[in-house]
Amino acid sequence: MDIRPILASLRRHRIPALLIVLEIALACAVLCNAVFMISQRVASIHLPNAIDEAGIAEVTLNGTDPELAGSDIPRNLAALRGLPGVQAAAVVSTLPLSQNNWGWGFGTKPGDALTDRSSRNVSMYFLGSGGDAALGLQVLEGRSFNDGDYADSHFDKSPLPETHVVLVTRSLAGKMWPGQPAVGKTLYATPHYYTVIGVVADVLRPYIGDANSPANYDAAFFPMSAAGSKGALSHYVVRSAPRDRDRLVREAEQKIADLNPGGVAHGRGYPEIRRRYFADMSSMAWMLVLVCVVMLAVTAFGIVGLTSFWVNQRRRQIGIRRAVGASRAHILQYFQTENFLLSTGGVALGMALAFGINVYLMHRYEMARMPWFYLPAGAIALWLIGQASVLGPALRAAAVPPVVATRSA
Amino acid sequence: MFQYYLDLALRSLKRNKALTALMVFAVALGIGASMTTLTVFHVLSGDPIPGASGTLFYPQLDPQDMDGYQPGKEPPAQVTWIDGMNLLRAHRGVRQALMTGGAVPVQPAQSDLDPFFSDARYTTADFFAMFQAPFLYGHGWNAADDDAKARVAVITRKLNDKLFGGKDSTGQTLRIKDTAFRVIGVLGDWRPNPHFYDLNTGGYRGVEDAFLPLTTFRDLRLDRNGSMDCWGRGGGDEDHLETATCVWLQFWVQLDDASQAAAYKQFLVNYSREQHDLGRFQRPPNVRLRSLMQWLDYNKVVPSDVRLQVYLAFGFLLVCLVNTVGLMLAKFMRRAGELGVRRALGASRRNVFAQLLVESGVIGLAGGLGGLGLALLGLWAVRHQPSDYAELARLDPTMLLTTFLLAVGASLLAGLLPAWRACQVAPALQLKSQ
Repeated sequence: MDIRPILASLRRHRIPALLIVLEIALACAVLCNAVFMISQRVASIHLPNAIDEAGIAEVTLNGTDPELAGSDIPRNLAALRGLPGVQAAAVVSTLPLSQNNWGWGFGTKPGDALTDRSSRNVSMYFLGSGGDAALGLQVLEGRSFNDGDYADSHFDKSPLPETHVVLVTRSLAGKMWPGQPAVGKTLYATPHYYTVIGVVADVLRPYIGDANSPANYDAAFFPMSAAGSKGALSHYVVRSAPRDRDRLVREAEQKIADLNPGGVAHGRGYPEIRRRYFADMSSMAWMLVLVCVVMLAVTAFGIVGLTSFWVNQRRRQIGIRRAVGASRAHILQYFQTENFLLSTGGVALGMALAFGINVYLMHRYEMARMPWFYLPAGAIALWLIGQASVLGPALRAAAVPPVVATRSA
Repeated sequence: MFQYYLDLALRSLKRNKALTALMVFAVALGIGASMTTLTVFHVLSGDPIPGASGTLFYPQLDPQDMDGYQPGKEPPAQVTWIDGMNLLRAHRGVRQALMTGGAVPVQPAQSDLDPFFSDARYTTADFFAMFQAPFLYGHGWNAADDDAKARVAVITRKLNDKLFGGKDSTGQTLRIKDTAFRVIGVLGDWRPNPHFYDLNTGGYRGVEDAFLPLTTFRDLRLDRNGSMDCWGRGGGDEDHLETATCVWLQFWVQLDDASQAAAYKQFLVNYSREQHDLGRFQRPPNVRLRSLMQWLDYNKVVPSDVRLQVYLAFGFLLVCLVNTVGLMLAKFMRRAGELGVRRALGASRRNVFAQLLVESGVIGLAGGLGGLGLALLGLWAVRHQPSDYAELARLDPTMLLTTFLLAVGASLLAGLLPAWRACQVAPALQLKSQ
């Protein structure tokens, strides 16, 4: 189709044409950035986490005397294991995404201390006896803790545990000893040192950065005896089939509260922990979705409105064209091509604008760089919306009968 | 004249209901989204103590060893126990307070209430006066109580309602971790926003329910919350926090004018030098004395998501406005004939321009009303979010006024170009084609 007559006609309607281009450009820029922000949040919300999330119920117990933990914890656990449907129960220091983080710097060389530049900050999980099974840790290499490991470990004056074994996540192992088997290596936090006895699948830290942060899985697991835990073990983990989980949250909380009248017990299922951690993020993502949908609707209606006006203004010209031999398809094509040209101008400007906004946000808000394919994807979305919204007015234009040409206005 | 234009505008708007509705709706959506996000931003970036925030300062010292030293790097965000106590006892400010957060197990006297955990703030005597905390009953403690590690507590109205049924509870006993505390004060409604005095425990949470002397907290080894940064051999061992090479306390000072602030900054430099000479500090003096608002700004306390939302909403408003400009242009140009007749009958360009602006103003007003409704709805939705700041998202009179100014201003602006274009129409040409 020859586009020269279309360009000639657009030149006579510069302002409305420019407005459509501008609107499409702005919509394209906002859309690309908003969808990118949504995708980043969705990626965070769905970060994988190698524990049995669906089957874990947790009860936090606070306010009990740490001196009595050696007898309290086994008694509490025995009671929890007696509940119907419980497959495993144990006590741990914290859970992934619980925001209760205990981090420490570890190095790979003897003498590496907390403040060495080469030390890596690692989240520490302390597991009471059976904690690996209760969480559902997946051992990839080496072995998990045995009864002796659990019984030997305790806290003394230091915030680091007095033990010599540790489990690390696969991500941490890969970063500490790239290309080498981690089992048998040693983590140092002078004067403490810990031999890696096993590597587990990636478990999230209690507190993470954004979805792309490389440190989200830098976690290590240490055994801990109930008697030597000095109050560090306060999260009771009960593992069951997912269908029993919610019932066990209530029953376990009740059981723990009854057994520890001086303490404060609070139970929740693991999915709730994840939901709460990402609550702000998911509401932001929904708000972005809402804004995108409404903005695209407004843009579409704007195009419908302006094109309708255009069609009405040109009824006579359309009639003349029809009278001198243009088919309905020609008229339809005319308006579709016109819209395509305007959209092309709009998305070209919009992609540049989207890129500019992304660069600005990267500087100001530590936002990641937008992958290139968001730009053409946004462009295609607006092309389609443009074509869809022009269809109605264009069909009405095609329906103008040739006889209009013979009528005066 | 205005009334006539208004009448004309309403007639014209009624003639094409779908188009009018579309324009009003677009303006309303844009305004609603912008005002919702702007209100949240306005609330979050507010002044926690209007009137007094200019006199409150947050001193920072650099007590770290030379490991990892880089000249010009920011000093730690908190102070050690030793430095905090030294600054407190130096009494160089009008008032000063040292503090940290924590949680305490409360054991109610009533048998029908289970024990529960309450957030606590461990601080020193000047806290209440310096931060203008309002007392409903009683008063705070004094420096002698601090020295004596007194078992006294100030509680909030919320905790007072829960434990004592809202009665004046001063003199009553509050059991915390098997220790009897005497309630000496009940705070009235107080929610400084942001939670400026300790940003580690959440920027927008409400105030803690129990306030206890800092010395008492250490004496009883109560639980501590917050952030702790250590260096050298410092290990965060809870039994030796007083001597640990760790920063974990917040120190605030009240300085009433600029000369006091300058003198205090000099005092901090001198103090650092003196500590350096004593061998405690190893780095050259590196001090900061930020005012309250500067401290909030430095800590980027407003979540970046909230700023992004404001940008996004204004981008959206811009799309809506461009859309309205386009639609209004279409509408005005379609009436070229009518306007041509008015011009031919003697209306000047200025008259026609005014008439069209009134019409766009009406759309703006209607859009503003709709936008207000949507903003109220949006804020209601924000209040049902689980964020710390959710309950604060409310429209105040300033923002209400801003909404209307924004709506009418934006649509008048949107009306300018179409109205101007429509005025350019040559009356003769329009009359001829009729």
